[in-house]
Amino acid sequence: MDLSLKTHRPQLVKFQSLIALILLCIGISLMSDKFLTVDNTWNVMRQISVNICISVGMTLVVLTAGIDLSVGSVLALCGAITAGLLKFGVEMPANNLFIGFTILGAVLVGLIVGSLLGLFNGWAITKFKVPPFVATLAMLTIARGLTMLWTKGFPISDLGDRFAYIGTGWFLGIPLPVWISGLVVIAAVVITQKTALGRYIYAIGGNEHASRLSGININKVKLTVYAIAGILAAVGGIMVTSRLDSAQPNAGMSYELDSIAAVVIGGTSLSGGRGTIMGTVLGAIIIGVLNNGLVLLNVSPFWQQVVKGGVILLAVIIDKANSKND
Amino acid sequence: MLIAANISKRFTGVIALDKVNLELPAGQVTAIIGENGAGKSTLMKILSGVYADYEGDIILDGQTVKFKNPREAQQAGIAIIHQELNLIPYLSITGNLFLGREMMNNWGMLDKKAMRQKAEELLQKLKLSVNPDTLIADLKVGQQQVVEIAKALLYDANVIMMDEPTSAISESEVEVLFGIIANLKKENKAIAYISHKLNELFKIADRYTVLRDGKTIESGKMQGISHDELIHKMVGRNIDIVRNSNAINNNDVLLKVYDFSMARFAKTRKNDKKILNNISFELKKGEVLGIFGLMGAGRTELTEALLGTCPGLTTGKITLDGKEVKFKTPADAIKAGMALVPEDRKKDGLVLGLNVRTNINLSSYDQILHSSGLINHKSEAALAQKYITTLGIKTPSDKQTAKNLSGGNQQKIVIAKCLATQPKVLMLDEPTRGIDINAKNEIYKLIAQLAATGLGIIMVSSELPEIMAISDRILVMADGKITAEFEAANATEDNILKAAIADI
Repeated sequence: MDLSLKTHRPQLVKFQSLIALILLCIGISLMSDKFLTVDNTWNVMRQISVNICISVGMTLVVLTAGIDLSVGSVLALCGAITAGLLKFGVEMPANNLFIGFTILGAVLVGLIVGSLLGLFNGWAITKFKVPPFVATLAMLTIARGLTMLWTKGFPISDLGDRFAYIGTGWFLGIPLPVWISGLVVIAAVVITQKTALGRYIYAIGGNEHASRLSGININKVKLTVYAIAGILAAVGGIMVTSRLDSAQPNAGMSYELDSIAAVVIGGTSLSGGRGTIMGTVLGAIIIGVLNNGLVLLNVSPFWQQVVKGGVILLAVIIDKANSKND
Repeated sequence: MLIAANISKRFTGVIALDKVNLELPAGQVTAIIGENGAGKSTLMKILSGVYADYEGDIILDGQTVKFKNPREAQQAGIAIIHQELNLIPYLSITGNLFLGREMMNNWGMLDKKAMRQKAEELLQKLKLSVNPDTLIADLKVGQQQVVEIAKALLYDANVIMMDEPTSAISESEVEVLFGIIANLKKENKAIAYISHKLNELFKIADRYTVLRDGKTIESGKMQGISHDELIHKMVGRNIDIVRNSNAINNNDVLLKVYDFSMARFAKTRKNDKKILNNISFELKKGEVLGIFGLMGAGRTELTEALLGTCPGLTTGKITLDGKEVKFKTPADAIKAGMALVPEDRKKDGLVLGLNVRTNINLSSYDQILHSSGLINHKSEAALAQKYITTLGIKTPSDKQTAKNLSGGNQQKIVIAKCLATQPKVLMLDEPTRGIDINAKNEIYKLIAQLAATGLGIIMVSSELPEIMAISDRILVMADGKITAEFEAANATEDNILKAAIADI
């Protein structure tokens, strides 16, 4: 974490999300003995790994003062494309041609499609100055429609055990999705803290015009972050598809909201320039633990939503109060 | 008449005001003078009710008053016109004037007719001949200021405080403002006038109060005190503006701009008035070229266009070091050796929320990467430290957030960022605006030093004494054109001003 961005904040404030998470865990484990078990911990980690991947991309976008509402649909489309290629391949009857796909090939195409959709978002935003909210809202609908077209509205299932390994397998005693999201987080921390791109992301979110006059290529940076957000949505889509052994046409519905929630709870400012990847990871874990805990405590799903909304609001109120003291 | 007696104000651990005394007599303009951080704005904020928690007494027309909030101060007849105007852009003049105190008719609806009429009267009185239905956004800054004054009059304010009212308006608008102030004096209003521009104060003020380090140093009549004496009281010692006497003995032309024009809109539109019109000039190595012009003359547009901010709108030819260059983006220009310290350091120069280190490095990250492509944190810190030391940037550490530094130090960070790219041409747009006299002098010295190392410097300024003191050669701009060129030795204030208003 780059603590330099807020060196003058008291230590306690810096770790407030962590403290909140610990208190939450203690609270739930006092009320349910199923919570603090090895099985359940891995279960929670596996569940949140998709949200972590998406939210990491969302954090980069939000740090530039943008937003990406299309991640849920992009997730669905990329998952469906990977699944479709894997199961059916590509047939071109006219040329009497059939192309089959290995798992690696299908996954690669899924990731490339994700990056292209992200680039398309970035292109609309940088070239035509479409506000990110609108551009990605359009993509939300477009990608969902394309998913329906590709799947003809039906799930693509039975993708084979080897593909299912991505979402359900274990490696060195840790679930594979946790490995994947962990690597994504590490890569994103390196990008934000150790690369020029990272500095530019913060600078653009803090003051776009000054950044431009400083010689930063604003369009390139924005295209890059939206492309990354697209790729990470695709990663999430492949993990979801693999775990369910099925690409659902309505997969990823409202995932963008969960990821924005994680970003916001993690202390990233929606107006850009301020926030951290690790904050978002904590935010995603808090949401995951909360979901899991409420289920274990047999709270009605309706109340779960109310509680989740309250937590988001509370997090932002606390964050505002803190930034006022800066 | 307003008297502030023994006013003290503490912020956690820091004494901002220490038993300050100020008198604002009716029918007079009192200049409040002091460097940045002297306590001027804190004092204004106490008098206008922003800070309710202070020691000492405010006595208004013989009665001690204590305001809990700005509204109470307004109701007591104290108005403040801030440097940054408080108007709603997409609301009409009338709407702004009556904001929060709308007139109602018997039905409980807005009485638009009555408000409009009252607004019209006020505007007439202030000689602002625009329709009161005009949106604020469509007014010039100077006109917006007049609306602020109208607002104060609508409140029946007897004490009007103006904070740097001329910092953003043109010379002719200043004249209008001074006319209004003279009329307000006749109406027996007490006026407090804060400004960095001492020359102005001699024109408009009757009295002065000098603040330094939160204390009242002296009050007195403007008549009989000199410019230098005032400066001496402000800073506590005499300051000489450094004259850049390094005669340039080389004729190496560094930058040549030839027939450079810029359109306001894309070229497809006809009859479009040009913002920049056939500008041609040369800059030699080691030369300080001053560009003077009034607000709206196109100075800022010129510097930004030379940095490649609007490639689609410009025509003409630029050569740098003998080679023709075409910049598509500021990144291109910076790579080629151009650098710009923009006019508004907070809006265009700095990323305020980031720390000093990142800001200094912002244009140079491609130079401080490991071969792996990751940032070399040691080089990053070293580059920041180098400029913190050489430019004397006062900051507790390079991890300090830029917004916590004073104006002068912020300006030095922007300059450091530019120097870090090792430019050949350094353009500075109003580099000393809004910073105190000590910091100004440091910047003058720095400019002279940089020129001595062979850098070509273009300094844009609207302060005549400054541009005359620091430049080797002066270009005057008006209406997007260059209207005159003077060697520093031959330039007089009169000549320059004449050229600056030639076309208007």
